[in-house]
Amino acid sequence: MLELDVVWRNLPFLMLQGFLGIGNFVGGTLRLAIPSIVLGFALGIFIGLARLAPQWWIRLPATAYVEFFRGVPLVMVIFWMWFVMPIVLKTAIPEFGVALTAFVVFEAAYLGEIVRAGIQSVPRGQVEAATALGLTGAQGMRHVILPQALKNMIPSLVTQFIVLFKDTSLASIIGFMDLTKAAQVVNNREIRPFPIYLFIAVVYWVCTYSMSRYARYLEKRIGPA
Amino acid sequence: MNYQFNWSVLWTGESGRWLLSGLITTLELSIVAWLVAAALGIVSGALRTVRFWPLRAAATFYVEFFRNVPLLVWMFFWYFAVPPLLPQGLQDWLLDHGLEFWAAVCALGVYSGARFSEVLRSGIQSIPRTQFEAAMAAGLTTFQAYRHVILPVALRLIIPPGTNESLNLLKNSSVALTISVAELTFQTRQIETYTAKAIEALTAGTLVYLVLCVSIASVMSWVERRTAIPGLIVGGRQRR
Repeated sequence: MLELDVVWRNLPFLMLQGFLGIGNFVGGTLRLAIPSIVLGFALGIFIGLARLAPQWWIRLPATAYVEFFRGVPLVMVIFWMWFVMPIVLKTAIPEFGVALTAFVVFEAAYLGEIVRAGIQSVPRGQVEAATALGLTGAQGMRHVILPQALKNMIPSLVTQFIVLFKDTSLASIIGFMDLTKAAQVVNNREIRPFPIYLFIAVVYWVCTYSMSRYARYLEKRIGPA
Repeated sequence: MNYQFNWSVLWTGESGRWLLSGLITTLELSIVAWLVAAALGIVSGALRTVRFWPLRAAATFYVEFFRNVPLLVWMFFWYFAVPPLLPQGLQDWLLDHGLEFWAAVCALGVYSGARFSEVLRSGIQSIPRTQFEAAMAAGLTTFQAYRHVILPVALRLIIPPGTNESLNLLKNSSVALTISVAELTFQTRQIETYTAKAIEALTAGTLVYLVLCVSIASVMSWVERRTAIPGLIVGGRQRR
């Protein structure tokens, strides 16, 4: 049942091509996950700030954005990008570009909520203190609120990164050569599903579980927000 | 952008029937998987809070292993890797009765059960320990205390996060298209394939998901108000 030789033989392909993205195909779970979280967080900061804006015409679109993407499956968003990006941009978009855009746009909705919660966790007195010191709203946000909010957000951000990391497996649906797609390719050749899929499950697990331990450690060290 | 919109593809030909059958399959899959997930989640969530450590360890292993691996990997695992290990009779039965549907139920149910379990555990842990001690003092066994005191309160407390997780389950059911379960996203793609009208088809599928999510969320907030214990939980009035 557990013929591990099949895993051993295909280990370089699975790990280098599938996991890291080094090889003949455009792929790699990490190569997709890391830029997705960085860009998604950048967009998420804007959305989180926009949701707290006093002007309704900024707040409303941001709220609609968050509610929309939280009510739609990620698979659907990937297909949207897959079909619509070439129509709008009038050129073929590689799988990496499609998947990256889908993840950034989708995760920004969830990250935006984390940013909002982080900002709201900063005591009101801090805002007043910043104003009393003569800082403008933007300066207070930049130098007083955001640094404290970011610290409070770290555990939720790590948790969201775990979710994103698992979600990148869905990029294989449009043919991006990530760990899951690499396993499919290997399985099509070897027809040994049990050891192959169990092996990639363990690879994903080792990554996500160590991240979740790290999140728990950070939570303890930083203390309750 | 020189895309020719043609919304009529949604109500001519087979599109309407496909969308409806996709919606029904999505609901069937979600409901059956939800029942599996709720049963697994309640049992393992409760076991994670008991004193007897082997049970706690088994439940922890289940939760940590299944929720930390992508659902898509579980779909492939249950669809490709598990069936060959089953007895021949059961394999034949499954092949005649929609193997991909039952594989998706297992994948989605077991994965979501691990996530439900975490929700229930935090619900149980938010109940003051004295409740359990009072139940013990009243002469209940551990099982009776969970059955009649702890779980009825915990299950009410977790309605908001439980609703969130249930909606995640519904949205995650779309991953079943990878093992060719003809659910809503699958049918949306089918309409796209037959009509070459991607935007129209995706809009229709997306709207169905949004309507489903919004209506479930409002039904659950009604349930939350209905089941609130007066004086104990103010959850019904509190906004999520």
